[in-house]
This record gives sequence, C-alpha cells and structure tokens, in this order.
Amino acid sequence: MAPPSTRRRGFSRRAQYGLFLGYVIALAGVLFSALLLLIAVVDPTGFNALKGAALDLTHPISAAGRSVADFFEGIGTSTRNYMNAGAQNGELKRQLAASRRKLIEGRAAELENRRLKGLLKLSTDVEDEVAVTRIVGSSFISPRRLATLPVGTSSGVKPGQPVRAAEGLLGRILETGRWSSRVLLISDGASNVPVRLLRDGTPAIAVGHGDGSIDLKTLEVGKNPFRRGDVLLTSGVGGVYPPNIPVAVVVAVQGERTLARPLADPGSVDFAVVLNIYEPLADAPLSERSEEALRGAGQ
Amino acid sequence: MSRIAGSSRDVAILGLRRQVVPVATTLAAALLDVLPYIATWPIVPDFAYLMVLAWRLLRPEMWQAYAALPLGLFNDLVAGHPVGQSMALWTLTFLALDLVDSRVGWRDYWLDWLFAALAILLYTAGMWYVARLMGSVAPFAVLLPQIALSVFAFPLVARLVVALDRWRLAR
Repeated sequence: MAPPSTRRRGFSRRAQYGLFLGYVIALAGVLFSALLLLIAVVDPTGFNALKGAALDLTHPISAAGRSVADFFEGIGTSTRNYMNAGAQNGELKRQLAASRRKLIEGRAAELENRRLKGLLKLSTDVEDEVAVTRIVGSSFISPRRLATLPVGTSSGVKPGQPVRAAEGLLGRILETGRWSSRVLLISDGASNVPVRLLRDGTPAIAVGHGDGSIDLKTLEVGKNPFRRGDVLLTSGVGGVYPPNIPVAVVVAVQGERTLARPLADPGSVDFAVVLNIYEPLADAPLSERSEEALRGAGQ
Repeated sequence: MSRIAGSSRDVAILGLRRQVVPVATTLAAALLDVLPYIATWPIVPDFAYLMVLAWRLLRPEMWQAYAALPLGLFNDLVAGHPVGQSMALWTLTFLALDLVDSRVGWRDYWLDWLFAALAILLYTAGMWYVARLMGSVAPFAVLLPQIALSVFAFPLVARLVVALDRWRLAR
C-alpha cells in the first residue's frame, strides 16, 4: 500500500493551513526546546523544581521493584559462589593471612597517628552523615551515568553533597526532589574527583569515562606513576569530597593513559551514605570582606 | 464486547481506544526508565524512542510533527534527561520523516528498518552531544553497543506496534 501523503490533505484550504500551522508549531517547539537545553547547559540546576517533582513521582516504582531485582541478582550470585566454593576457600584463606599482617601494621600506624595528632592538638575529622539509604535506580538509557536515591530535601539532602558506600565513593548529588534525588556517579564524564595514590600520595584527577570506568589524569609530565592494582583515595582537595575515601583501583596502564575501575559498584552496594560537603566554605561564594581583602592584596 | 459496535457507547469506547493506544503505549515505554535496573554501561535501548518511531513509521498520518513535543517532555522528565532533549530530538525526527515521506513514495519493511536505524544513530549522537555540552566528556564508542542493540530491537518493537495497531483498529 502506498502510504497516504502527509503533506497534502485534499483540496481543502483549511486542512492545508492546518498542516502548515502544524509545521510552524513543530519548528517553534524545536527552537523552544533548544532554548530549554541551553538553559540546562548554562545552569544545570535550573529546572530542579520540575525535575525533582517528576523524580518524586516515579521513584517509588523503582524503590519497590529494587528488592525484586536484588532477589534475582542474589540468586545468580549465590549459585556462582556455590560453584566456586573450593577455589574461593583457598583464595580467601590466603587473603585472610595477608590482611592479618596488614591489620597489625595498620594498628601500629594508628597508634603512632594518634600520638602525633595528640602532639599537634588536631581534632579528628568526623564524617557527618546526612542520610543513609539505598540506590534504587539508574539512567541506563542516557549517555550520562546517574543513579536515583529515595531521599531528598526532606532528609536534608542538597545538590553537591558527596555520596559514598562502604566500598568506596559513589559520586555527588546532582538534583533533588522532596523525597528523592539524583546522583552524578564518579564514572560519568562530567565527574572530576581529586584523588591521591594510596602507595605514595601522588595527586591525580579521576575523570569518568561514561562506561563504568575512570580515566586518571596525573599532574606529572613524562612518566606514568600508576601501576596495575594501585588503589586511589580522595585527597580532600577542592573541599567537596572528604579525604581518604577509597575511589578506584587501577586496572590498565597504557602509556600515558591509565584506566581505573570504581571500587563501589552502584549495582551491588548495599547502602549509600550521603555526606555533608567536606568544607562548605569551599563551595560557597566569597564573602564581601574576603573579596575586599583580595582586592586590597591585588593593589 | 463484540466487534460490531452495538450502541453509541460502544462507538465512543472504540473511538477513544483508537486515539489513546498510541499515546499510552509510548508513555508506558518511557516509564520503563523507572525500572530498578542499575547499569554502569549505557546498553539498554531507548524503548520510548523506538516506540514513537515505530508508530510514526507505521501511521504517518496519525501524528503531526508537534505531537512529539509533549511526548518528549514526558520522556525527559521521567528519564532524567535535561529538559528539552527528547522534545527537540523527537520533533526533529518527525520533521525529517515528513521530508522522507514526501520523497519516498513506497516504503517496505527493509526501508523502514533502514530509516529507523539512521534515526537511532542520529538520536543517540544527539544525546551524546547534549551530554558533551553539559560537561560529560565520554567517547562516542561507549554508545556503539547501545546503538547496535537498538537497531536490532526495532523490528521487535515494530512487531508489537503492528499488533497493537490491529487491536486498536479492530471492529
């Protein structure tokens, strides 16, 4: 069958004008959407109220279904574990022996640390938690890597706050609804986390790669300081992420390029903890007095 | 209800079903984004787009191009895309397909699939570009598996839409 023409609907003038008007509306709509996109690019939190409301409406579905998904994923994992029990047992024994040694070393370091801190009269940094929750959904269609949490402004969650799991850093809050929020995961291309190498403290920036992995950008030129298996922690630089949260482990080193894998897999972590911004002042605009001081220093 | 409308009430129900089914199925496909699946890699096809594309290719006369604006807005809000992304890309798809329809008189199954594949490629590239504008610098190659899956998922969605269309118009 030849498809009916959408361009000419008979000889009626009215129908033809109607069609023309349809195209005008469509083109105006495209321009309007482009304008909305432009606003979203300039100010990513611009439509927070609208998007937050939509998130609030849809997240109960995700939250309710998550336990079902967990159950099925759990079946797969436990079957695999059962099959590998023997090999896993040997491996775990070796790991246990290794971690015992490390634990003793760690205790010694902790003691020394406490002694030194006592000398310096430093107060220990307490990571204050805003909310403890679970991840209920993710953006599995868009090229962005976002996850959904069932807590929002009613629990004190605000955009910008870091989110971690027991295993390591997950990301930071991007937008919030009243009872739900969206997290920008560290594997998203827009995420930059200041990190340092656990082994020797070399600073680097962890930039998301969009496919669940992370690129490490070092500040050194020439040689690549990373080795396969290196663990990276947050450095606390920039004042958003608290220091010493595990971030990623290096999986491949190819010349100048270093590929790492996040330690916390958003699909399998049990809990997500929303933390306060480490140094709230770092994120805040300069006060009038400090601006004056800066101006004074410039003159 | 028998296939022959026996009363004006039956006629009203059938008329409503004719109009509501395409919109409802598109919105339902958009709601798939809410499913509690957590992926670290963008691999799942955008079923809302496949659905809207299949309806548009099967029934070119059903929707004018601007019908994509409200549908796209709904998809943007549910899927967490920046507002305006699906609105713009879906409407542009409809306009492009209007152009195609004016040039190509006869379309068959393979040609439909070809146009759908091109549309999926451009749509995904559009999403990627918007993400890039928003500061998410990911290589395009990350999206290739999703594009391939979407292209192969299209015939299935088209099948579903044809079945829904038969049910929608049955009398």
